[in-house]
Amino acid sequence: MSDLKIIVCVKQIPDPEAPFSSVTVDTEKRKVEVDAPDVINPFDENALEAALRIKETMGCHITVVSLGASLSDTVLRKAIAAGANELVLIEDPVFEELDSNSTAYALSKAIEQLGDFDLILTGRQAGDWDAGQVGSVLAEILNIPCITMACGIKVEDGHVIVDKTIPGAIEVVKAKMPALVTVSNEVGELRYVSRSKLLAMLRKRIPMKKWKADQLNLAPDLLSQVGLLELLTPPDMRRDCVLIEGSSPEEKAAELAKIIKSLI
Amino acid sequence: MGEILVLAESKEGSLEKPTLELIHAAKGIASDLGVGSATLLLGNSITELSNEIAGYGLDKVYKLENSLFKDFIGDVWVAAIEQVCKNLNPDAVLISHSDIGREIAPRLAYRLNSIATTDCISLSVNQDDKTIIKNKPIYGGNAIAVLKSLKQPEIITLRKNCFPLAEASSEKSEIVELPVEISQDVVKVEILERKQVDTVELDKAEVIISGGRGIASDEDFKMLEQLADLIKKAGANAMVGCSRPIVDMGWMSSDHQVGLTGTMVAPGIYLAIGISGAIQHLVGMVRSKKIIAINTDPGCNMLKVADYGLVDDYTEIIPHLIKKMEELS
Repeated sequence: MSDLKIIVCVKQIPDPEAPFSSVTVDTEKRKVEVDAPDVINPFDENALEAALRIKETMGCHITVVSLGASLSDTVLRKAIAAGANELVLIEDPVFEELDSNSTAYALSKAIEQLGDFDLILTGRQAGDWDAGQVGSVLAEILNIPCITMACGIKVEDGHVIVDKTIPGAIEVVKAKMPALVTVSNEVGELRYVSRSKLLAMLRKRIPMKKWKADQLNLAPDLLSQVGLLELLTPPDMRRDCVLIEGSSPEEKAAELAKIIKSLI
Repeated sequence: MGEILVLAESKEGSLEKPTLELIHAAKGIASDLGVGSATLLLGNSITELSNEIAGYGLDKVYKLENSLFKDFIGDVWVAAIEQVCKNLNPDAVLISHSDIGREIAPRLAYRLNSIATTDCISLSVNQDDKTIIKNKPIYGGNAIAVLKSLKQPEIITLRKNCFPLAEASSEKSEIVELPVEISQDVVKVEILERKQVDTVELDKAEVIISGGRGIASDEDFKMLEQLADLIKKAGANAMVGCSRPIVDMGWMSSDHQVGLTGTMVAPGIYLAIGISGAIQHLVGMVRSKKIIAINTDPGCNMLKVADYGLVDDYTEIIPHLIKKMEELS
C-alpha cells in the first residue's frame, strides 16, 4: 500500500432528494425544517467514491472529516462502511449557520491537526445552501492548488491529474500535490452499502475522532455567520394536472400523441 | 465614491448573454446606491468586444488585455481581478453563476477579505445602510434566503435568466485600459489538454424528452431519442434530457442534465418520463410552458407540477406513443 493520504470533507444535510412536501419554511424562526433523515451530501459522496477508486488502484489512507453544529455518527459511519479508513467529527453549536469562509477556516484548522496529506476531495457544493464555496476557499487558506468540477481523478508521481467538465469540453489538468479537488456527480454515485453492512458498522468500534471547536484553536473573530435577514417561501410550482385516461396503454398513448401534436 | 463592477464573459469574440443580464442588474444597483458602474473585460485582442460593451451604458469599460487571458485559466483570472479590485475598491463585483463564476467567486472573495454570495436570483438596495440585499434559493429552491453582508467588495454571482437583458444605450461608456501585472507564475494548475466534446444546448430546445431514475436501462433511452426524432420531423427542435442519476450512472453526458446543477430550461413542452421530481430537477424545468409527466407513481412530485399526467409504465406507453406519432405525421 502506498502512503498516499486523502482527506474527504463531507457535510451532513437533510436528504436533498426528499419530496418538497416534506419541507417547511419557518419564516418566524428563519429555519428550514425538513421531515426527512439526514444524509451525507450527495456531491460529497461522489468525492468519497473518487477517493475509494484511487484506494482500489494504488492504495491510500482515507480520512473523512465532517464539521457541523449537530452531527450524527450513524449517518457518517456510512463512509467507513463504504471503505474509508477513519472518521473525524467536529461538532459544536458555534458552527450553526457559519458562512462559507468561516467553515473553510475551521476545516483548515482541523486539517492542520491531522498532519500531512496529499489530496483533499470535496463535493462541488452541498444540497442545503448550494453555495459551492467551501472547497475553493479551503484551498486558498491552505495555499494549495484548487481544481473544481472533477469528473475523473488519478494520481501519478506526486501529481493529481483531473478530468474537469467545462462547457463543451473536458479539460485535462494537472497539479502538484498537496492539492484540493472538488468533485461533480459525473464521477458516479457512491458504491452501494447494504443495510446489513451499515447496521453492523453501527455496533463496531471504528477509528473515529470526535472534536469540539475549542480543540481547533480558532480565532473567534474569524468565525461569522451568514447574514440571513429573512427566509421566504418560494412561489408555488403546482399546476392543475389533467390525467390522461384510457382503458389500455395504447388508448392512453393515442390520447397523449394528440396532445403533443396539438402543442407542437 | 464606490463602483459596481460587472465581469464580462465572451465566447469566440462575442459577448455571452448573461453578461447583459449582469449589466442590467448593475445599472439598477449602482443607481440605487448612487455609485458608478463599470464592466471588467479580460481577454486577448478585445478592442471590438470592448466597443460593443461600451454600447450598453455603464459608466466605464475596464479593459484588461493580455495574452494570458486568451483562454479562461482560473488561477490567472482570480489573480488579475484581485489586483483590479485592490486598486479600484469597488462596492461589489457581479459575476454570472456560470462555470467561470462558480470557480472564481469564492477564491476572489477570500483574497479580498470579503465574502461571496452565489446563485442569486434578485438584488435590491437597503437605503438605510446602503447595503445590497440578495435573494438566493436554498434547499434546492424550497426556500429563499434574503441575505446581506457588511464586507466589501462583495462578490455576487447571479443565476442565469433571472434578470432582464441590458438594452443598447446611446451613451457610450468610457473605455479605460487597466494595466495588470501578471505572469505564468500564478498558475498552479496546468492545462494539459482540452478535449472538445459534442454537446447539446438544451436551453435552445423547443421540446425536451427527459428520462429519470424510473428508466430501466441505458437501452431504453433509444426510445426517447426516437421520439425526439419524430418531433423534430414534425418541425420542433426536440432534444433528449435527463435527471441527475442518469448522468451519475454514465448513461448520458452531463450536458443532457436538467436542473439546478445541470441546465435550466424552459421549453414549450417538457415530457418527463420516470422522473419523480426532486426539487433540484424541478427548479430547472418548472418554467416550461407545458409539462407532461409519465410516471407509475400517482403521488410523485412531477405530477404535481405537470399540466398533463399519464400514470402508467413507460415501457408500455412509449412504443405505442411512437407508433401514434408516426401515424399522425
